[in-house]
Amino acid sequence: MMTTTTPVKAEARNLSFFYNGGNHALKGVNMPLYENKITALIGPSGCGKSTFLRCFNRMHDLYPGNKYEGQIVMHPDNTNILEKSVDPIEVRMRISMVFQKPNPFPKSIYENVAYGLRVRGENNKRMLDDKVEEALKGAALWNEVKDRQQDLAFNLSGGQQQRLCIARALATDPEIMLFDEPTSALDPIATANIEELMSELKNKLTILVVTHNMQQAARVSDYTAYMYLGELMEYGDTDTIFTRPTRKETEDYITGKFG
Amino acid sequence: MLAALSAVFTTVAIVGILLYESYGFFEHVALKDFLTDTVWTPLFENPRYGILPLVSGTLTITGVALMIAIPIGTISAIYLSEFASHKVRETVKPILELLEGVPTIVFGYFALLFITPLLQKIFPGLPTFNMLSPGIVVGIMIIPYIASVSEDAMRAVPMSMREGSYAMGATRFQTAIRVVTPAAISGIVAAYILGISRAIGETMVVAIAAGQQPNLTFNPMESAATITAYIVQVAMGDLPHGSIGYQSIFAAGLVLMLMTLTLNLIGHMTRKKFSERY
Ligand SMILES: Nc1ncnc2c1ncn2[C@@H]1O[C@H](COP(=O)(O)OP(=O)(O)OP(=O)(O)O)[C@@H](O)[C@H]1O
Ligand SMILES: [Mg+2]
Repeated sequence: MMTTTTPVKAEARNLSFFYNGGNHALKGVNMPLYENKITALIGPSGCGKSTFLRCFNRMHDLYPGNKYEGQIVMHPDNTNILEKSVDPIEVRMRISMVFQKPNPFPKSIYENVAYGLRVRGENNKRMLDDKVEEALKGAALWNEVKDRQQDLAFNLSGGQQQRLCIARALATDPEIMLFDEPTSALDPIATANIEELMSELKNKLTILVVTHNMQQAARVSDYTAYMYLGELMEYGDTDTIFTRPTRKETEDYITGKFG
Repeated sequence: MLAALSAVFTTVAIVGILLYESYGFFEHVALKDFLTDTVWTPLFENPRYGILPLVSGTLTITGVALMIAIPIGTISAIYLSEFASHKVRETVKPILELLEGVPTIVFGYFALLFITPLLQKIFPGLPTFNMLSPGIVVGIMIIPYIASVSEDAMRAVPMSMREGSYAMGATRFQTAIRVVTPAAISGIVAAYILGISRAIGETMVVAIAAGQQPNLTFNPMESAATITAYIVQVAMGDLPHGSIGYQSIFAAGLVLMLMTLTLNLIGHMTRKKFSERY
């Protein structure tokens, strides 16, 4: 594995997850997320990628009966964010998420981006204006929308909406950003924009991205994890995984022989 | 298909009769008098045909009803859709639907025999027949309707939108108020509008508890009559077919139909706009 001094931002330790019915969707996953790096999560449909990702912002807490076991430890403070005593809202303030399908709110472009700050009680207009501008610039959307920030977000194109969702997630200065197949609903040009954006964003934060697109994983990520049936089968730096995977299953999946 | 055809046929027939009899009415009564006179006494010796007192009664009772039904109905919908557990929701919804089916005459006597005496304890000068009591009761009647239609609209908001809000660190309350409610707003407004048209069309409660005196006032503490109350009152009497008094109920009915038709059109348009979004 890696012999590097890159600091670890967060790590899953022996993480298991059970859906309501008892479906054992994650089985003892151990995996680091390196700081200011992009980690890609690949694997066949239903292997548990989204389930794993959504543990990081405690999204599963929204539905009754779901159960976590093990830990996700965040650094440098060493907090286990799955601990019952940790408020999921606190976790979501540190770790934000971009979804598969753009899901803007029924509000203006401006209010979409300001949302995370508003729910934290921020109402200072100057402060919000600055933050919104900064986030829209960070999401490479500023030039396209700066003159129509009061327009309804639904009027943007799909790719713009996804960048708006990235801006929204950025506005609160998260430490980690989760992406669940962020480009699967987008055309190739919008996809290339988002990929480029992710590569820029990693200078500021740590990224975990689920993707079904092998080229995308190879292009954007620094580390790659291959999951199968709820288990982490192989993990390493992306070059190694894509050129010299140690396991036959990984190679078969990457080369498209399987999955 | 047959059912749909017969519904269309019935509707056309009703509208036809309304128009035909109203035409007879307006041969005797100038439209200007109908719309501007302030007294409605078609059955008196010296009849006057101003529809305004009936319209004011209708609007006052509807207004009182909405002040009750909109806040309570909306809050109930938000609670049921966003806060109640599955079990609570599955228990409450059928009860709401059951309430919608209670015969309105029951509500009428509830207003007259229970709410009015109660209100008279608070407002000693309140006459036995007044608009406040039936207004409140009509409001109670349409709460289930507003609540269940609004709740449907809120439940139709995709989960992904709520998740987006939670993922930004919002609480359940913030998500309900700032994201789900605006996302469902056109459905909620449609529920209000359909609720209003039901309040306008409500007959029995008003006929029983408001008194049957057409009265040009917007003061809910007074007695008055509404369009529908007038229609039942006259229809239950034995006016000769073809007399002007008989025709007056069709002219009143036409006004009622135009009011509810307009509201229903607006309601369905907002609703359609809302269903297109997802
Ligand atoms: N809400 C749920 N309740 C019960 N089981 C679920 C639920 N969501 C997902 N699962 C199951 O958990 C397993 C992992 O699902 P998950 O969505 O994490 O897969 P995935 O790797 O993200 O797949 P895809 O690539 O299709 O998005 C699957 O077997 C799935 O059927
Ligand atoms: Mg998935």
